[in-house]
Amino acid sequence: MIDIKNVHKTFHTGKANQVNAVNGVTLHINSGEFVVIVGANGSGKTTLLDMVAGSVLPGSGNINIDGKDVTKLQDYKRSAWIARVFQNPVSGTASELSILDNFRLAAIRTQAKGLTIGINETFKNQVRERISTLGMGLENKIGQPMGTLSGGQRQALTLLMSVMDNCKILLLDEPTAALDPKSAQIVMKTADDLISHYRLTAILITHNLKDAFTYGNRLILMGEGQVAKDLDTAQKSLLKQNDLFDWFG
Amino acid sequence: MDFYLTTLVQGLCLSSIALGIYISMKIFNIPDITTDGSYTLGAVVTAILLTHHQPVYIILTAVIFGGGIAGAITGIIHTKLKINALLAGILVMTALYSVNLGLMGRSNIPLLNVSSLFTLINISADPNINTFWILVIFVVIITAIIGYLLKTDFGIAMRATGNSESMIRALGVNTDRMKITGLAIANALTALGGYLFCQVQGFTDISMGIGIVIIGLGSVIIAESIINWLRITSVWISLALVIMGAIIFQLVVAITLDIGVDPIYLKAVTAIFVLLIVSLPRISLKNSR
Repeated sequence: MIDIKNVHKTFHTGKANQVNAVNGVTLHINSGEFVVIVGANGSGKTTLLDMVAGSVLPGSGNINIDGKDVTKLQDYKRSAWIARVFQNPVSGTASELSILDNFRLAAIRTQAKGLTIGINETFKNQVRERISTLGMGLENKIGQPMGTLSGGQRQALTLLMSVMDNCKILLLDEPTAALDPKSAQIVMKTADDLISHYRLTAILITHNLKDAFTYGNRLILMGEGQVAKDLDTAQKSLLKQNDLFDWFG
Repeated sequence: MDFYLTTLVQGLCLSSIALGIYISMKIFNIPDITTDGSYTLGAVVTAILLTHHQPVYIILTAVIFGGGIAGAITGIIHTKLKINALLAGILVMTALYSVNLGLMGRSNIPLLNVSSLFTLINISADPNINTFWILVIFVVIITAIIGYLLKTDFGIAMRATGNSESMIRALGVNTDRMKITGLAIANALTALGGYLFCQVQGFTDISMGIGIVIIGLGSVIIAESIINWLRITSVWISLALVIMGAIIFQLVVAITLDIGVDPIYLKAVTAIFVLLIVSLPRISLKNSR
């Protein structure tokens, strides 16, 4: 599904503050795989994810999605395959727009945004139905601006929004970093349910080693812009939680 | 009475600018300074075509395109050359001054003996009331079009662009193109303001656009204060409030003149009024804490 070949990315080339963020990463991610990436700050995780999403373009190397070379493709053109959940809940939703408007945009992620009014009763009911699965009582508040909700609610809604339209790849960049433990748990559980229900290919970046241990069927450790460890499903199942802590020891 | 009718008429003319500023603020969260130039451009194009006896539909199309192109240029400078939107607007506004002067060939064109939009239709025998009703119809039509646009899928994407750029890009929207389109629409509306105003006052002057952005901005800020205060989410009510903001603004200007303030200080008074509206909510918030 995702093919990353010898990808490099350097920021501030030739200046004193030059950073070799990603330093030759080659990865093949199969369809339906749920990859968890861990690594210290500055290890290149987020840059790698941004390059898959297209918001950062690689300096060299190739990225293929679904057999198509997307290396030079802008992020908004990759939305045909990819949905994203950002670290900051504000980045993934539009605060001043209603929940309904946010969902409308998500429902046409892979399509053109035309000059017709797409929100009708059928659509409203569909959104209410989807939101009720969260059990947060938000289904009766779809006219409210997104900004009135808590970070946890917004992240949970962003996750639901990602599957409103045909989605193959879900990118999660520390989705729970800004949340309290309880909200974080709800969001991770929602993500896991959606990924298995819709058979999504997913990449999760996290600093929460417990989440890294609990979720996903492949675990990658990044260090200094490279893949330091790559554990498949079988290897991951043999891993103990303490081993994971030792990686950072 | 006539005094307040004139105020109302001016407010309606300027509500078109207010709608334009409302759109550019919603997309960038910053005032689009191109306004000063595109407003005059609208009036200049109108004056030239009116004195050449062109029909209404040609003039309207030319004005909308003229303003649209000016806005699109600001948008292209801002998005493609990565220049601060405020500076991009100032650059285009400055260049438009020469364009406008070049088009007119002189600094003033009178429109006293030409047939205008307001002599075209006769609703009332009183020319002032006639002008008022034509303006009402005109503004209602523009508002209906903009309101519909903002409710479409495209419109939602446009509103989201100024709100969360990362989100809207992840949802497949080319934000550069969206900003260029949005600024084009905003400046087409501003140019329509110039189209209306020059026909109401009976002349086009090269300096008529100076400081007009402040009026649009003030109107939108009045509207935004009420929108935030009453927690309004409806697009239609928001647009109606923007138009009301433009009228309130003109009313303040009229009252200022009425109580005998020297017109020399009018611009200063408007600037202070805008400052007051912007700062009042913050001052009262501080006190309540």
